[in-house]
Amino acid sequence: MRKKRYLSRTVIFILCAFFAFVFLMPTVLTISNSFMTQSELNANYGVIFNAGAQGGTSYISEKVNLKFIPDKVSFGQYKTVLFMSPDYLLKFWNSVILVVPIVVFQVAVASVAAYSFTRWRGKARAFIFFFYVILMLMPYQVTLVPNYLVSEWLGILDTRWSIILPGIFAPFSVFLLTKFMRRIPYSLIEAAKIDGAGEWQVFTRVCMPQCRAALYSIAILVFIDYWNMVEQPLVLLPDAEKQPLSVYLSTINSGEVGLAFAIATIYMVPTLLLFLHGEEYLVEGIATQGSVKG
Amino acid sequence: MKAPTLSRPRAAERRPRMNTEREMEHRRMKRMDFLQSMCFMGPSFLGVLVFFIVPFLVVVYYSVIRNPMNREFVFLDNFTALLQNAAFLSAAKNTLLFSALAVPLAVVLALGLALLLESRIPLKSQFRTFFLSPMMVPVASIVLVWQVLFNANGVVNDFLGLTGADKIDWIKSDYGQIVVLTLFLWKNLGYNMILFMSSLANIPRELLEVADVEGASEVYKFFAIKLRYLSPTVLFVTILSLINSFKVFREVYLLTGGYPYGGLYMLQHFMNNTFESLDYQKLSAAAVIMALAMVVIIAVLFKVEDWFGKDVEG
Repeated sequence: MRKKRYLSRTVIFILCAFFAFVFLMPTVLTISNSFMTQSELNANYGVIFNAGAQGGTSYISEKVNLKFIPDKVSFGQYKTVLFMSPDYLLKFWNSVILVVPIVVFQVAVASVAAYSFTRWRGKARAFIFFFYVILMLMPYQVTLVPNYLVSEWLGILDTRWSIILPGIFAPFSVFLLTKFMRRIPYSLIEAAKIDGAGEWQVFTRVCMPQCRAALYSIAILVFIDYWNMVEQPLVLLPDAEKQPLSVYLSTINSGEVGLAFAIATIYMVPTLLLFLHGEEYLVEGIATQGSVKG
Repeated sequence: MKAPTLSRPRAAERRPRMNTEREMEHRRMKRMDFLQSMCFMGPSFLGVLVFFIVPFLVVVYYSVIRNPMNREFVFLDNFTALLQNAAFLSAAKNTLLFSALAVPLAVVLALGLALLLESRIPLKSQFRTFFLSPMMVPVASIVLVWQVLFNANGVVNDFLGLTGADKIDWIKSDYGQIVVLTLFLWKNLGYNMILFMSSLANIPRELLEVADVEGASEVYKFFAIKLRYLSPTVLFVTILSLINSFKVFREVYLLTGGYPYGGLYMLQHFMNNTFESLDYQKLSAAAVIMALAMVVIIAVLFKVEDWFGKDVEG
């Protein structure tokens, strides 16, 4: 019996290790390949990315090598990206100035709204909350058309505002933060009211400090979501100059594979740092969604 | 306080006055409450109203008129035109096919991972981190690897070549959806897994212990106990995966651009290309159909979950 359990645990461990390899491989490959020189990359992936070009690259191998460890660690690609081609940095900056305001203001707007949904309950409010949930579940194919129309009316089409403003009022954080706040014992709020605190004071002094972890985890989730955006800029921000790196990365042509790996890695850095720093919060944030009901 | 008088006022005289006072006070409190609550909810609600609800009503309006210049009411003409549009039909077919493949896999595999991590093995929290890590990687950063894997000369073909299979250019073949499916699963499984893990942790321990004492098998415990308690989470993960499967345009676009090979032409491609020609009627009709479809699907899923999880409270 005991032996059998030991055996099954070993099998499970091996399975997990296999999955871990599968899940980590693409990320690790991207990062490690960003430290390779262009010639090494050509040697490994030449068949793929240089297939059409008749350049004098004589060292193209017949097959693709998945190579994890560079022969020689080189920062050449990074040097090119960071110092010689301002285009990429500009796109990176575009991403930052689109995403940061969305995260900050979405969380701010959501936290007051979530307080309202937590503090006052009633039929009308339950209906509005239900409506938020439905809206949250709508795919881009539905929400982008209304967003486009408003942007056109307000004359902000093809400016950053056309992405930032709808982003700020996206219902996702309202939903999640309400779920968090409803866990705060109501007696805390009541006690504060008896002590003579006004609504605003209850909100800032009682509710917000309780929600600090929740705010952080929601900010991470929203950040990842928008850092990764492709649909909205393609429709609302056709001007290539203002597009974020998430869209621009796909236009890098095959001649620059080495650069592409380096840029891809740079683009991962903010989200990976957030992940390493706030994994517990992130997990908590995901887990709290639990179900759409209630 | 008034001094007590010998003759108390008659009840009929007294009660109405007390009532109106209390009522007024009550009403004033209620009004205050309402005003305060509106102050808190106002910014968000106003934004949602301006950026989503009002324009969506206009979209509904656009979907039943001839065009913005000639606002003749044509009722369902735009919808019938859309449903005869070959591009829309193939996009809808591809998207549905993809969702039909991706959603069940995303639910079942994620649940499998969560169950694997339930057992007592070393490095458990590390495994969780590894499985979750893909969600942090922007798709744009990772498509290069998928190109390397699934190119005609790529790694997957090398592996399959060992069994004597012919080389195929996956992305440009009829199996293109498989490429995107792997990317989709890679990215989303971790997130779903976390949802299942937290829900598994909430199952009452006593129930499982009793089952153990009674000698129930793991399989029986899973279907008779765990799955019942998991059903709200299964619903949530299904809906979430469904929405994410509609977003897979992102992966396809980054892999192949705006005009992919047949099987990968998704609804969002159709929308994007229609945005370029600014055909409001087509766009509006498509958005309204999608919204209705979503509401219907979600309602059905809710009903199914209600029925399935009805004997489990909480």
